[in-house]
Amino acid sequence: MAEIAESGGSKKGGPGVKKPKKLSTRIDLTPMVDLGFLLITFFIFTTTMSKPKTMEINMPSEKKTDKPNEVKDYTAMTILLSKEHRVYYYLGMANDPLKPPKVEVTYFQNKNGIRDAIINLKKNVYAERNNGMPGHKADDEPVIIIKPDTTSQYEDMVNILDEMQVNGINIYAMVDISDVDREFIKLTEQANGN
Amino acid sequence: MSKHKLPRKSTHIDMTAMCDVAFLLLTFFMLATKFKPDEPVVVKTPSSISSIPQPENSILLTVDPQGKVYFDYDNKKAKRLLIDKVNETKQLNLTEEEKSSFVNGASFGLPFSQMKQYLAIPPMEQKQFTFTGIPIDTSYMAATNELGYWVESARYAGQEEGHPPRICIKCDAATAYPKVKDVIKTLTKNNIDRFNLLTSLEAIPEGTQAWEDSRKN
Repeated sequence: MAEIAESGGSKKGGPGVKKPKKLSTRIDLTPMVDLGFLLITFFIFTTTMSKPKTMEINMPSEKKTDKPNEVKDYTAMTILLSKEHRVYYYLGMANDPLKPPKVEVTYFQNKNGIRDAIINLKKNVYAERNNGMPGHKADDEPVIIIKPDTTSQYEDMVNILDEMQVNGINIYAMVDISDVDREFIKLTEQANGN
Repeated sequence: MSKHKLPRKSTHIDMTAMCDVAFLLLTFFMLATKFKPDEPVVVKTPSSISSIPQPENSILLTVDPQGKVYFDYDNKKAKRLLIDKVNETKQLNLTEEEKSSFVNGASFGLPFSQMKQYLAIPPMEQKQFTFTGIPIDTSYMAATNELGYWVESARYAGQEEGHPPRICIKCDAATAYPKVKDVIKTLTKNNIDRFNLLTSLEAIPEGTQAWEDSRKN
């Protein structure tokens, strides 16, 4: 069929007329691919694929309750957050001014940091709660009181709340720091010479 | 020796397949995309191991390293109700356009006194306006504490709209604690004891309680 048409064409046109070149139906898709990838890049950069993660926090209620929270001395640990990401901690409630607690200082770190202190507290509470001493009950849990000082940063607060999750501490509260606690920090600083 | 002549191959590659892939990906990204909201400041959040996603329709309080607070509400309908209410009670005399500018705008961080001035300028030029942060005073109550007022009214608006909001705090890691405490106190004094802190995800340290729990599941 094609040959017939060709020969017919050449006859009609005469020797000077060139036969029309057969155009390819193929289109060069390269620019289209370029455009496609350009748009992909644009969407990748503007998109937020995953929602940001959050940490839930429950603050102690401001409403005054009649029943004061009673924390058993042997289950309690107080953590004070201070400047330069320092963490001070002591065991017990420090209710007795004549017997000041032994305040230790540490940092947020994986080894020998505040995490080990929390793990030790948990171990001690679990070991002691069944020893039948007066006031010790089998369902006692470690209680941690967090008191960030004004010199601490938000990061310290999140880190310590994170430690609660990491170590499975279910009872903890974040409260305001007291002057007594500030004094503890000061004394420890003096003792350590900084 | 006989010479074998290799057939000369065309250097043209068929682009159709590549084009298909490109447009397939493009379609995917177009459908999956949700544009990043405009942020008034760059905030680098601290990291934690919690992996709770940010709740829908939440109030977002951004706190920058200097302690300036910005307010945003991820629910356009409720935001509309909110601005109507704020306009009425604080007598700001906002026009409809200015209200829309607030509803469609990003985080907002100015006292009420400068609000009209800010919303009156066209949205494209609003970026040049320097925010001073929503004022917080030490009474923490909604009557005088502007942040407390914003949060309380936004919660009412959300209630009315049908999606009671949760409150998220997005705070920079280096913000001084007293500034954060002011924001938290404002919430707790207004009887909001449960809220979320935005954090970036980090791996659970090995050998800890949480690590063992996560392996059990």
